Amino acid sequence: MGSRTPLFSEHERLGARIVPFGGWDMPLHYGSQLDEHHAVRQQAGVFDVSHMRPVDIQGADARAYLQRLLANDVAKLQQPGKALYSCMLNAEGGVIDDLICYDLGSNRYRAVVNAATADKDLAWMRARAEDFRASETEHASPNPSAPALEIHARDDLAMLAVQGPEARAKVAPLLPEALREPALALKPFFAVEHGDWLVGRTGYTGEDGFEIMLPATQVVDLWQALLAAGVAPCGLGARDTLRLEAGMNLYGQDMTEEVGPLESGLEWTVAFEPRERDFIGRSALEAQRASGDLRDFIGLLLTGRGVLRSHQPVLVNGQPVGEVTSGGFSPTLQRSIALARVQAGIGEQCAVEIRGKAVPAQVVKPPFVRHGKARITME
Amino acid sequence: MSNIPSELKYTESHEWVKDNGDGTVTVGITDHAQDALGDLVFVELPEIGKQVAAKDACAVVESVKAASDIYSPLSGEVVGANDVLDGAPETINDDAYGEGWIFQLKLSDPSQLDDLMDAGGYEQLLADEG
Repeated sequence: MGSRTPLFSEHERLGARIVPFGGWDMPLHYGSQLDEHHAVRQQAGVFDVSHMRPVDIQGADARAYLQRLLANDVAKLQQPGKALYSCMLNAEGGVIDDLICYDLGSNRYRAVVNAATADKDLAWMRARAEDFRASETEHASPNPSAPALEIHARDDLAMLAVQGPEARAKVAPLLPEALREPALALKPFFAVEHGDWLVGRTGYTGEDGFEIMLPATQVVDLWQALLAAGVAPCGLGARDTLRLEAGMNLYGQDMTEEVGPLESGLEWTVAFEPRERDFIGRSALEAQRASGDLRDFIGLLLTGRGVLRSHQPVLVNGQPVGEVTSGGFSPTLQRSIALARVQAGIGEQCAVEIRGKAVPAQVVKPPFVRHGKARITME
Repeated sequence: MSNIPSELKYTESHEWVKDNGDGTVTVGITDHAQDALGDLVFVELPEIGKQVAAKDACAVVESVKAASDIYSPLSGEVVGANDVLDGAPETINDDAYGEGWIFQLKLSDPSQLDDLMDAGGYEQLLADEG
């Protein structure tokens, strides 16, 4: 048996199909994954994402530590509440995890990491914090009044993602009074905090919406109120097809400890400037860039019949040039789509080997769908 | 509790078989199977005229989750395939034992029908798989 979120009995009550995921027992769907997908594209759906792990990083050295830890640069966070997507790399430039990092002001940051990698991530973050403290004591005077760098896993919090064109309007009246107006005033990729509640205008679906962190003791009430307001409960299945349509990477499939951001479509998240910022993995990525033989990360639209799945070979002129990293059926496009890693410059047409047959596919630029609309041209 | 019509025969791989009484059978997947697979999004039908042996993989259904082989319950020649499923694979989810049939076989050895489970046997199989 895996770990259970505070909403587990709610999922059971709704008849969810429960599956193991990253050490947790989580809902795959509540009846129809397709209906849940469409609910998010057209109205609003809520996902229990309490298996993800919020980690608070605080103290006078928090920012300098995160500038070393993350491939993206938290110095871009110029105002409290702003969020940043980043990879956390190992020294070889492979991805330990991807995460969202919020600037909460007053030398406080919050990273939200993936469930399956949370323990590994925390061990890495704490070990790198030790390295950082050791290097700092050589040239900085210790401040005896407050620890300069603290890392706290927030196991006391639960997390919901409410996504869809109607999501913000459905959520706002259910928030603590002090958060209602500020939440509705948030720009995309900003968050607002009140006590132990944090509401961010972020998500993993390609739709508008909120991600909400709140005390675990209060999450059942919010969940039930959202359902009563007509928000559809949605499982991990719909979460995966929504993120694939939105062209968003999934850690462990699209990028791994072996395959880094430059070959995963995540170069935009690596802040090479300023050049003096020595983040972990930087020299490895610079060497990769200099070598010039990086693979492309592309979108595929299957024009023949079938369903793209991860690890299927991509073919050009019958020869393998790479493989599908994430594939599936797009409920919005009613076609199969995929993300794939291939040799550079394969052009616009290829094939994918499905059960021994070469099925034609078209190379496209993700995202496939945003805000309920197709973003690619289909023949 | 799964729906298991008493007039049908069943396989251990969760296909149902309807004896059409004229030397042919109609084949589909059970209500339990469609429920376990989740929403179906693609069906690869067998070609008409294809000769198949019992337990040969001869069709594929793909759900939002994964691809699954459909095995021929008996030996014979494929004489029908449900084209409706090309455009509407979800028909299997909606009506697994009716409009969601997958293919038809002309049996080479009708006595093989006796090897299949009846509804009681299949119910027991599901209980054992628990």
